[in-house]
Amino acid sequence: MLDIQGIHTFYGLSHILFDVSVTVGKGEVVCILGRNGAGKSTLMRSIMGLTPPRQGRILYQGREVAGLKPHLLCRLGLGYVPDDRRVFADLTVGENLEIVAMSPRGGDGPGWTKEAVYEFFPGLAGIDSRQAGLLSGGEQQMLTIGRALMTNPECLLLDEPTEGLAPLVVKLLAERMAMLKERGLTVLLAEQNQEVALGLSDRGYIIDNGVIRYQGSIEDLRANEEVRRKYLLV
Amino acid sequence: MELASHVTLAALGQQTLVGLSRTTILFIVSSGLSLILGVLRIPNVSHGSLYMIGAFITWTIASAIGGSAGFWAAMALGPLAVGLLSLAVERGLFCRLYEREHLMLLLFTFALTLVFGDMVKFVWGSDFRSLSVPHAMQGSLTVLGLPFPRYNLFLLAVGPLVAWGMWYLTNRTRIGKIARAAAVDREIVAAMGINVSWVFAFVFCIGCFLAGLGGALVAPTQNITQGMDHSLIMEAFLIVIMGGLGNIWGALLGALIFGLTDAIGILVWPQFAIVFPYVAVVIVLFFRPRGLLKSVW
Repeated sequence: MLDIQGIHTFYGLSHILFDVSVTVGKGEVVCILGRNGAGKSTLMRSIMGLTPPRQGRILYQGREVAGLKPHLLCRLGLGYVPDDRRVFADLTVGENLEIVAMSPRGGDGPGWTKEAVYEFFPGLAGIDSRQAGLLSGGEQQMLTIGRALMTNPECLLLDEPTEGLAPLVVKLLAERMAMLKERGLTVLLAEQNQEVALGLSDRGYIIDNGVIRYQGSIEDLRANEEVRRKYLLV
Repeated sequence: MELASHVTLAALGQQTLVGLSRTTILFIVSSGLSLILGVLRIPNVSHGSLYMIGAFITWTIASAIGGSAGFWAAMALGPLAVGLLSLAVERGLFCRLYEREHLMLLLFTFALTLVFGDMVKFVWGSDFRSLSVPHAMQGSLTVLGLPFPRYNLFLLAVGPLVAWGMWYLTNRTRIGKIARAAAVDREIVAAMGINVSWVFAFVFCIGCFLAGLGGALVAPTQNITQGMDHSLIMEAFLIVIMGGLGNIWGALLGALIFGLTDAIGILVWPQFAIVFPYVAVVIVLFFRPRGLLKSVW
């Protein structure tokens, strides 16, 4: 479904991603593991068109999409959950969801609505009219995931959804992500939390200093403690 | 004391009303400026030119049609024409600069003031024009025992209407909420499938429409002339800075302070009246350097 081939991404003059290739099959959950600053978020931003790669190709459903504008990528079915949450702080919880509502492509199923998101995250249902900037970290994270779901994505880019959250909230989010996987959503998950990522994913990549150092099935990754220690231990 | 003799309560009340009708114009123009500043992050220097063009177009339409019908048609069509002009400029030229550095946009709006200034000279010449109000709006009513022009009362009614419209737009409509979100985080708005470029076009157009509306409303109260943009754009920027950048209620508050200090100043110390609003600006910024209300910057 998503096929990233040898991309190079820069912030101004600094070269961040070097020849990064990642593939995600339909219905798969694939994780990108790496330390802070390894290039996980840059990879997500490259895919979403926020920091387009200068070289390399990105194929989405067989179509070349590198260089497309973010809003077009979203309309093609890419959902984006940014790493630092970035809720629309001035708007209410309900407004955060309503303004991005998009009807589902194709016509398979009823699609996500505000009510469906509240059913999925009951914690949000009671705070519909609260200003999003005043929410707790966990509530904000639920909101950003719900917001991305409102665009009815077929492939969800989740950038460090558990970062800085309490263990109980992390557990809840991991459960919800597993439910999304069961519903057949394709997910590319960037994580530092190995436990969550390995528990959810089918395959994984390890990125370090902007280079993919390792890729394999989750079983391989679990077994290979040496590589995990080398690239992931802080 | 010599000053106090003419400062009666009635005169003070009447001058307050005069100040409030001036406030209406200032608020309408600066709320448009503030809207664009808040969402697009651009100090639109050409805002004053659009105000001037609004006044000229309104005059042209009113004189072409004539009579009372012409006046009201011009009041509606003049600002609309300014809105359309701004949309053409935004889609044709301005939107190509969004991805360039900020300075380019600022310089572009400055270039527009020069182009618009010459355009006015070219189309309307350098004579001043004046627009008279229709019969029903002529004359004065007696308020607090002193005469008060009917047209100013009309202005007093329009002000709250525009404020309500702005509130409704930004708080109750989807496009308004999207604009508020884009003001803070345009990147995420785009990543959620919204074409931010069109949101900007809409906001720019509404903001410029308000400049045009200010120009149309002011047309019957003063000479319509080249240069009427200069003093106004300065006042509008001061109001927006005083109120808090990008905050529409800040623009309202700033316009009130500016309009009232100006009107009261004329009453108590006519020779130095012009100084009062500026002193008010200095005082406000001394105590609240970031403006009275929350700035979105």
